[in-house]
Amino acid sequence: MRTTPEIDARTGLEKLTTYPFQVLTWVDPNGYPVSVAVEAEIDPATGHASFAAPAGLDVPTDRDVSLTGSHIHPQPGYGYDERRHVTVWGHAATEGLGRLRLTAEQAWGWDESEVPFFEYSERSSGQSRKYFDALSRERGTPVRPKLSLGWLTLRTTRLPFLTATIVPVVLGILIAVTHGAFDLLTALLTVIGASFVQLAINVSNDVFDTAQGADDANVTPTKFSGGSRVIQYGLVTFRQMATLAFGFFAAAAVIGLVLLVLRGSQALLVIGVVGFVVGLGYTAPPLKLVYRGLGEIAVAVGFGPLMLLGAYVVQTRGALAWEPFVASIPIALLIALVLYVNEIPDRRGDARAGKRTLPVRFSQEAIVGGYRLATLVAYGVLMIGVVTGLLPIPALLMLLTVPLALQVERGLRPNYDNPYGLMAVMNVNIRLHLFAGLLLVVAYVLVLAAHAVAPGLPLFIGR
Amino acid sequence: MVTLPEPVERLLETALVGELTVVSASGRPITYPLIPLYDGRHIYLTSSTLFSRKLEHINANPRVSLSITDPVATGRSDRATIQGDARVIDEDPHGGWERLLPIWERKEPSIVYFLKQRVALPLFFERALIEITPRRVLYWADGSAAASPTVTSLESEAA
Repeated sequence: MRTTPEIDARTGLEKLTTYPFQVLTWVDPNGYPVSVAVEAEIDPATGHASFAAPAGLDVPTDRDVSLTGSHIHPQPGYGYDERRHVTVWGHAATEGLGRLRLTAEQAWGWDESEVPFFEYSERSSGQSRKYFDALSRERGTPVRPKLSLGWLTLRTTRLPFLTATIVPVVLGILIAVTHGAFDLLTALLTVIGASFVQLAINVSNDVFDTAQGADDANVTPTKFSGGSRVIQYGLVTFRQMATLAFGFFAAAAVIGLVLLVLRGSQALLVIGVVGFVVGLGYTAPPLKLVYRGLGEIAVAVGFGPLMLLGAYVVQTRGALAWEPFVASIPIALLIALVLYVNEIPDRRGDARAGKRTLPVRFSQEAIVGGYRLATLVAYGVLMIGVVTGLLPIPALLMLLTVPLALQVERGLRPNYDNPYGLMAVMNVNIRLHLFAGLLLVVAYVLVLAAHAVAPGLPLFIGR
Repeated sequence: MVTLPEPVERLLETALVGELTVVSASGRPITYPLIPLYDGRHIYLTSSTLFSRKLEHINANPRVSLSITDPVATGRSDRATIQGDARVIDEDPHGGWERLLPIWERKEPSIVYFLKQRVALPLFFERALIEITPRRVLYWADGSAAASPTVTSLESEAA
């Protein structure tokens, strides 16, 4: 992976012309560098820079000297921005009339308007690993970068994304309650077990993406995409992550077995087995669903019908119904869209690693169009569900999130090639799923309240 | 104790950026823009392990220079180059550098906010200190290289 932006000498000179002055540097006979500000006349076409010889100092002509341009824009009381610098090396020769001429040979530099700081940092993470490896060898004990336990846990497990699980599980439990089935212990175990499933998927995703090179190939991760990167940063070892993933899967399996014992049903067994296969097969060979462009479907199925129906059948001891299934469809589509949008900034790295996600496979137009279509279907299913009497009328509260969906759709096109600009869009998209789910939860709380206060109140069309 | 000329101390205190130059194994000067921090005795710079090649160069050859040249970054027209011997301090890359945080914060107040968000960019805050003991100072009062610099040798004081 490229860590420092080498540029050709001519490009370096072209960049140098944009600076009001240049810093001429050489190494003096005592071995110390000397730097002097000069105003050079630069001709990139000929590969030369000419400047007045600094008074009272001897610039060598038998070894490398350099010209550096550096810019920073102070933001008083804040810091700075618009950072860029470039250095051009070459040999200097006397030009006459007290002037020197540098013949450019090599250049190097960075401009944050071309390579954003976060990408530059990401490209340099190999250098950090190399430095820590050297420190470890020197001290004879492992030296690693650190984070506090709280931050490390948050980063490693991607804990905030648990809303993807909690929303459908709570909704499934609530629908069961409106159907007269509720058991507190198994409801709590369902929430905890399902959370372990997601944590296992999150961590194993990093393990398998690292093993298959996808996370290493991604130089534009954001806080919503590109994995937790704790392995890439050396914060956690590959082995520790694999152990953690196994631990989460094991914890989920134990709770699943307890639920089977307590509320066993064929439906729960099927949902559990399918959930395990989809969860592990999301990134793990041989299925590698996300590598085959099936990640969105896997996420939709796993965090939609499986989570919601799973929570429902635990409460009903295996009784299935259309209502929780229909309620799970909008949630499934919106969580799949979270992955879909989060894959956009990862697409170049994913393509390099052979991860054929939908944004890798299809054009920008198709992806933006796909987003519009999927949100239309999500809201369409909701309305059809209400009109046909499968979903309660208060479920229409979810329509309050339409402005968020429009905001995401409008933000995709202008930020499609800007991973850091896309972060705000990804954030809104995650909120869209969360708020839509919470509004459905509110809808069912209203149904329960209505049952208690006004049992005869018609909340389902045609019922 | 090394005492820098007063105008050079003022430059160091006001400069938002300076150019650190290290010498590579092949003898080539390599220049990095960094925030100079001055505690009245030594000049300090900090480097993330992400951008730690300069540290490798310093460990191999401690002779460095720091130039303050940018009038935008200093608000002044004078310029200086300080030659000195550098030492990399990296016993604790996670938190050792934070002892300079108060000086850093005076130049870049937002650094404290960013440090609180270190979870977002953890490697950026794994840092080594570069401590420079000044040996020789070249000072251009009007900033122009058309005039010879005032040269101050600090060797005897340093000894």
